Amino acid sequence: MAEPPMVLAENVHKSYGRTEVLRGIDLAVERGEVMCVIGPSGSGKSTFLRCVNHLEKINGGRLSVDGRLIGYREKNGKLYELKEREIAAQRRQIGMVFQRFNLFPHMTALENVMEAPLKVRRQPRAKARVAARLLLERVGLADRASHYPSQLSGGQQQRVAIARALAMEPALMLFDEPTSALDPELVGEVLEVMKALARDGMTMVVVTHELGFAREVADTLVFMDEGVILEQGPPTQLLTHPTHPRLQEFLSKVF
Amino acid sequence: MKTQENGRARPEAIRAVPVRHPGRWIAVAVLVVLTAQFAHMLFTNEQFMWAYMFENAFRPSVLEGVRTSLVLTVLAMLIGVALGVVIAVLRLSDNPVLSGVAWVYTWFFRAVPRLVLAVLFGNMGILYAQYTVGLPFTEQFADLLGVDINGTIFSIDANTLLTGFMAGLLALALSEAAYMAEIVRAGILSVDPGQAEAASALGMSKPLVMRRIVLPQAMRVIIPPTGNETIAMLKDTALVAFVPVTNELFFQLTAIGTRDFRPFPMLVAACLWYVALTSVLLVGQYFLERRFSRGTQRTARARTRLRVLGGDH
Ligand SMILES: Nc1ncnc2c1ncn2[C@@H]1O[C@H](COP(=O)(O)OP(=O)(O)OP(=O)(O)O)[C@@H](O)[C@H]1O
Ligand SMILES: [Mg+2]
Repeated sequence: MAEPPMVLAENVHKSYGRTEVLRGIDLAVERGEVMCVIGPSGSGKSTFLRCVNHLEKINGGRLSVDGRLIGYREKNGKLYELKEREIAAQRRQIGMVFQRFNLFPHMTALENVMEAPLKVRRQPRAKARVAARLLLERVGLADRASHYPSQLSGGQQQRVAIARALAMEPALMLFDEPTSALDPELVGEVLEVMKALARDGMTMVVVTHELGFAREVADTLVFMDEGVILEQGPPTQLLTHPTHPRLQEFLSKVF
Repeated sequence: MKTQENGRARPEAIRAVPVRHPGRWIAVAVLVVLTAQFAHMLFTNEQFMWAYMFENAFRPSVLEGVRTSLVLTVLAMLIGVALGVVIAVLRLSDNPVLSGVAWVYTWFFRAVPRLVLAVLFGNMGILYAQYTVGLPFTEQFADLLGVDINGTIFSIDANTLLTGFMAGLLALALSEAAYMAEIVRAGILSVDPGQAEAASALGMSKPLVMRRIVLPQAMRVIIPPTGNETIAMLKDTALVAFVPVTNELFFQLTAIGTRDFRPFPMLVAACLWYVALTSVLLVGQYFLERRFSRGTQRTARARTRLRVLGGDH
C-alpha cells in the first residue's frame, strides 16, 4: 500500500463571514518534498497554512496531514469534530514558523526551545536541555542559549523559532514568510538553516517571496491568487515559462 | 589626556553653560517655607500630644490590630487574585454560559459598596441559622410525594461558619475578585495573540498556553494595578469594623482615643501606621515588578549597560 501524501488538500474552502478567502484548493505534498507558495498579498497563502495547522477551521472540502483528517474524525461516512485535546495532539506533528517569530519574550532562547518538550511531551528536564542545545547548535546559535529574544537580532530570533518548532520532532514544517520581517542582510542566515533542513529530508511548505530560494530548494512551486491555485509545477518551469497571465504579471512586478 | 582611536584624536570634552532652571529654585524656596510652617505647627500645637500618641500607638491591642489588618489584607488579596484570574479566564472563554456567569459576578460585586457587603455578610446569620449541604430541593420533593427523605449530607451552624473574621474576609475577597478579574482580563488582552498562536502550534493545550505563555506576560500589565489594589485593600480592612470585627487596626486606635477623650492623636497614629504599612507593600511591589519584566527591552538594556560598566572600561 502506498503511503498517503504528507499533506492532501481536496477542494478546500474557507471564508470569513461572507468573504471567501480559499475557493477550492487542491494540492498534495509528498514526504520529503519542499513546496514553495507564492502569490500576491491577500491571496490566502497564510490562511491556507493556518488551516493545515487547524489554527483556522475550513468550511468545505477535505484536508489531511499524514493520512489523518485535520480537525475531524470520520466514522461510517460521518464527520465528528475533534476535541480540543485531540487537535492539540494533531498539531504536535506539525511545526510552524511565523513571519513575526512569536518567540516567548519571557524565556531565554534555550527555554523557548525546551518549553514544548518539557510541558507537552513531559520529557525530563535534563534530556530536554541536551536536545535543545543540540537544536540551537544546528541553527548556529549555541552561544546565544541564555539570551532573551529582545537581545537577539531578527535573524537570530527566527532561527530560534525554527529550533523551537523542530524540538517537537515534527513530520511537517510550515513557514509563513519567515524572512519578510527581516533586514536584507539577515535573510541569508535564515534561508541557510531552511536549506539545511530541506537537505535533511524535512517535508516543508514555505510561503515566501524569495524566488531565488524557491528556485534552488523547492520541488514544487505553487502560485496562488484570490483563493485558488492558478499554476503549480517545478519552480524553474514556472519562473522561466509562466503560462498563466496572472503569474506573468506577478513575476514582472516582483523582479 | 588624548588617545588615538581610528587614527583621530578624541576632541576635548564640551564645556558649555548649562540651561538654567530658575523655576525649580523658586519651587524649592516655596516648599521650604511651607514645610517649615507645617513642622512648626506639628511641634507647637498641643493638640497633637505626641508623647501620648507614641505611648499608645504600640499597645498590644494596637499591634494585634496591625496583625489582623495585615492578615486580612494578605488573605483577601490571595483569594481575590486567584478568584479574579479564574473569573477573567471564564469571561474570555468561548463558552457563552461561563462568560455570562463571569460577567454577572463582576457586575454585582462592583456595584455594591464594600461597606454594604461587609455589613451584609456580618448579618448572614439572619438568613439561615444552619447551612446545609445536601441534595437540592429534597424537602420540597418529600412534601410533594408525602414521604420522608433526608437528603442532608452535613449541616453547620451559621455562626461557626461565618465568624466575624470570615464574614469580613469574604466580603473583601469577593469584592476584590471582581476588580482583579477586570485587571487580569486587561492583562490577558494586552498579550500579542501571536503568542498564544505560536504556543498552540507547538501542541500546547489551552490551559497550558494560558498558564505558561499568556499569564506570565500579562503579569507586567497586571502587577502595577494589583499593587494599588493591595494598598486599597489594606485601607479597606478598616471597614470590617462594621461586620463587626473589632480587633483590626483602625478600630483599636480609635477605641483608645475615644476612651481617653483624645481622639485626634490616635487618628494621627492611624495615618502613620497606614503610611508605614503601605510603604512596606510598595517595596514588595518593586521586587515583583522586577521579577516579571524579565526579557523586556528595559531589563535587557539595563543588563547590557551593567556589562559595559563592569567590563572593559
Ligand atoms: N481573521 C480574519 N478575518 C477576516 N478576514 C481575514 C482574516 N484573516 C485574513 N482575512 C482576509 O483573508 C484574505 C487572505 O488573507 P491571507 O493572510 O491568507 O493572505 P496572504 O496571501 O497571506 O497575504 P500576505 O502576502 O499579505 O500575507 C485577506 O483578504 C484578508 O483580509
Ligand atoms: Mg500572509
